Amino acid sequence: MMSVPNMMSNPLSDYQAPNQVSFSPYEFNGGTILAVAGEDYALIATDTRLSQGFSIHSRDSPKTYPLSNGSVLGCCGFHGDVLTLTKVLGARLQIFEKEHNKPMPTPSVAAMLSTILYYRRFFPYYTHNIVAGLDEEGKGCVYSFDPVGSYEREVFRAKGSASAMLQPLLDNQIGGKNQQSYKVVPIPLKKCVSMVKDVFTSAAERDIYTGDNILISIITKDGVKSEQFPLRRD
Amino acid sequence: MSILAYNGAAIMAMKGKNCVAIAADRRFGIQAQTVSMDFDKVFEMGPHLYIGLPGLATDVQTVSQRLKFRLNMYELRENRKIKPKTFMAMVSNLLYERRFGPYFVEPVIAGLDPATFEPYIASMDLIGCPMETNDFVVSGTCSEQMYGMCESLWEPDLEPDDLFETISQALMNAFDRDAVSGWGAVVHVIEKDKVTTKYLKTRQD
Repeated sequence: MMSVPNMMSNPLSDYQAPNQVSFSPYEFNGGTILAVAGEDYALIATDTRLSQGFSIHSRDSPKTYPLSNGSVLGCCGFHGDVLTLTKVLGARLQIFEKEHNKPMPTPSVAAMLSTILYYRRFFPYYTHNIVAGLDEEGKGCVYSFDPVGSYEREVFRAKGSASAMLQPLLDNQIGGKNQQSYKVVPIPLKKCVSMVKDVFTSAAERDIYTGDNILISIITKDGVKSEQFPLRRD
Repeated sequence: MSILAYNGAAIMAMKGKNCVAIAADRRFGIQAQTVSMDFDKVFEMGPHLYIGLPGLATDVQTVSQRLKFRLNMYELRENRKIKPKTFMAMVSNLLYERRFGPYFVEPVIAGLDPATFEPYIASMDLIGCPMETNDFVVSGTCSEQMYGMCESLWEPDLEPDDLFETISQALMNAFDRDAVSGWGAVVHVIEKDKVTTKYLKTRQD
């Protein structure tokens, strides 16, 4: 109850702003992923930096996750959601394998990931995803996703903090965009690996959330091979 | 949405061996709607001096006209051609005069010194804070894409023909990933005794 003298000195004393509490459930931890589908291989590369704001949490935190069926998931954005999503996806793949006695084909992993993401349509996983692997014919396949599960099969795709720097270069060098009389052919693995190193080195020059190392995973019918390459660490 | 991105633009400049190049898209739009595809945002300020003005179209034209006026007054008073670096200071001064109500343009300057023909490039923010570099500068709505392209394609001591190809590819592939810039482009390659201006046909979407 307000008292009269108080009312005279400060007539609005009872009308304070309501108390508010806030909770922001998301963080941005940076990271860049890049995948290319070749004729008989798929390549997926990631940087190994984990940051928050102006500080670096880890210099050895790759954002690619090998899945039990032989394909590889690239996943970056909010690291908390990345951990949860990879855990959920891993569990769903194990359930499938126990029920069907075979690994899930990569195109089906992509379809399932889309439903997992859309299940959280109104409180999304803040993750940018790429699935890379081989399809049922043994050809390289790359699927890219938005955070709520819209997905598409593509030949090449960059995601994450430096995606805007990498994607136009891939359009040009793999897609043959703006090059007259250029015939688009599947890119050989050796050329692809050296190009990936080049574009990541360029991105690390300008993007503070990309750096330290890149981890390149190459998926062929013989399994997944990995290779590390240093980037600038500042 | 930022007023700097209201009309859309992509401009970059690069240094080569005894030459510089400046390139810009030609779109004039109002947010997502394209109005025309022959809009000038690069202006000749002398025989070896060009300025690109990405940003709010009305300010692009106002700033280019006020700069031309100041430049004419300078050259009449001094009775000599302006140096690119002096011109950069003139642009910076004009923009900083509007420190608290700025013109919404982020200029790119490219030129050769009138006496020594030394290449010069610089860019600036909308209140005139300058940045001089030895490789390339970019400005506009797709600057991230332009940085990605330039950082990978540019190399030192490019000859004029190679510089033209490099800047054209860098610009085109960058603005093809931006919805509000593109629709044709113009490239000026500035050499000691000639300026080559080429108009690029690009994808129209």
